[in-house]
Amino acid sequence: MSEEIRLMKGDEAIGEAAVRAGCKAYFGYPITPQNELTAYMAKHMLDKGRTFIQAESEVAAINMVYGAASTGARAMTSSSSPGISLKQEGISYLCGADLPCVIVNVARSGPGLGGISPSQGDYFQSTRGGGHGDYHTIVLAPKSVQEAADLTYEAFSISERYRIPVLVLADGLIGQMMEGVVFKDEIDPASLPPEPFAVGHQAETGRPNRHVTSINLVPEELEKQNIVRFERYGQVKKELTRYEEVQVEDADLVLVAYGTAARVCLGALQDARRKGLKVGLFRPITLWPFPDAAIGRLAGKGSRFLSVEMSMGQMVEDVRLAVNGRAPVDFYGRCGGMVPSEEEVLAEIERILGKRS
Amino acid sequence: MAEFLDYFRKERLPHIWCPGCGHGTVTGALVRAIDRLGLDKNNIVLVSGIGCSSRAVGYLDFDTLHTTHGRAIAFATGVKLARPDLKVIVMTGDGDCAAIGGNHFIHAARRNIDITTIIMNNSIYGMTSGQYSPTTPHGMFATTAPYGNVEYEFDLCELAKAAGATYVARATSYHVTLLTDLIEQAIMNKGFSVVEAMTQCPTYFGRKNKIGGPVETLNWIKDRTVNVKAASSLPPEKLQGKMLIGELYKAERPEYTASYMEMSAKVQRTYNDNFKYKGGDRGCELNSD
Repeated sequence: MSEEIRLMKGDEAIGEAAVRAGCKAYFGYPITPQNELTAYMAKHMLDKGRTFIQAESEVAAINMVYGAASTGARAMTSSSSPGISLKQEGISYLCGADLPCVIVNVARSGPGLGGISPSQGDYFQSTRGGGHGDYHTIVLAPKSVQEAADLTYEAFSISERYRIPVLVLADGLIGQMMEGVVFKDEIDPASLPPEPFAVGHQAETGRPNRHVTSINLVPEELEKQNIVRFERYGQVKKELTRYEEVQVEDADLVLVAYGTAARVCLGALQDARRKGLKVGLFRPITLWPFPDAAIGRLAGKGSRFLSVEMSMGQMVEDVRLAVNGRAPVDFYGRCGGMVPSEEEVLAEIERILGKRS
Repeated sequence: MAEFLDYFRKERLPHIWCPGCGHGTVTGALVRAIDRLGLDKNNIVLVSGIGCSSRAVGYLDFDTLHTTHGRAIAFATGVKLARPDLKVIVMTGDGDCAAIGGNHFIHAARRNIDITTIIMNNSIYGMTSGQYSPTTPHGMFATTAPYGNVEYEFDLCELAKAAGATYVARATSYHVTLLTDLIEQAIMNKGFSVVEAMTQCPTYFGRKNKIGGPVETLNWIKDRTVNVKAASSLPPEKLQGKMLIGELYKAERPEYTASYMEMSAKVQRTYNDNFKYKGGDRGCELNSD
């Protein structure tokens, strides 16, 4: 039944996936290029008896998420880069209170108001926590409408498993383009087990009152709390790190790219292979945890690397950390809403491999 | 007769507002008011946030700040306190000013800081393609209100008045002469002034609510208004669901930058007096307070 292929915009597919994942509460605010997602939720949450609110600001929306998540509901918000910046305070508090939720960033170009065209300039913000304090969010980076739907669907259960907010980092191109998509089965929110931290229903169960907070003024206790959280991050690194490899085994040069840039790189790879150049592609799917061990393994085999990004060079720093001096790491990027072309990437591949021979 | 185009950055024209949009009319009214007052445009700073309305300052040949969503008034507060001699005018919209910027709006009113705020209220988020705003009437449609708006709208003039603004007025892009007069009064008021300009968004509000095109949407706004002078002689049933236009509130209250400078002058005197016995300029060792 759910095998039906639907032609949908990325933004709408993310919305449908969230509805099917049993998202019980969604809080949005207008910003391009994710407006179709908010509109989709407005239409489909209400008719399922669930919550949709267009908040008065992104700050309000993320704090509404905190409130809904505190009750154990699957809660979500979405925005685009400038709006995600506004949410950072709330995300830090969510992480401090160990509350699960899903945040979607259909990223656009910056800094500041920037433009509404796609960009990967939010990599640092996404993978380094983004707000104040010692924390991480889990970051999933889809490359297609299908993957955006699948990762959003899964994001809810991942977030609950580890009690860490999950950030789905798409970009304006994935949000706006239409592709065929097959959805997973619908989960009824009522069928989900109650969360052990949730407020509400106290009278029925007679349990002690719960206190959802991120504050701890006792340094010894707060340190311990953070250490425990980082032990959980260690577990996430072990269990969740994901990536896709294409023809890396014999590659002299491995392109490292995620999301939209990885699609461009796949085309460049095919062109390069036709020219007899041994090029591979390494595509991180989790940006945090970053698949550094897998990249390290390729570095050990003698491949060199080219990080291709829609930014001035952000993920390239993680690639260099993973490679740890064992191989040269180059960078090619476009920014400000420009998407690199396959030809540009191919020219860069030829320049690097030509230089080497 | 002044050349009104001199107030515009001609190289930025034509503007990107949709055909039939009312924002150009409001911008025109502002320029005419400034022209009529004979103000030097080099002593005026225009500040805007994000949204269709906020595009206006990009087209106007003044010193301008295009800032973050909702917070133009906070930026304007910074400008005004650094340069109290300048006229500071904020151009904002209903979403910008009343949703994300609501807090800045009421606090500027509370301070009664000498800033003129022109709210282009088209009852919709136009730039992001038609979401409901805090001034979308209850029951009306928007992309995020597909079943009709469940929320109720703000009366921005009542809000401004309650928060402490000392000049509050409303007109529409239909009542252009009135709008120009009110903006003129607002600019001359020494304090926080608000002019709410109801404008038509045929592209999203008009179309989504099946009102029609620009003319029908403009008429829809006009038909919802009653002049405040006429209202006093009308029975209550005639005022049901109507918005009052005209000068709605005017008050005398100390203006913030003036009060601030006054206090500053007083404090400086006390401070210097206190340290006089140390002799000469304050040394570094005295900076620990």
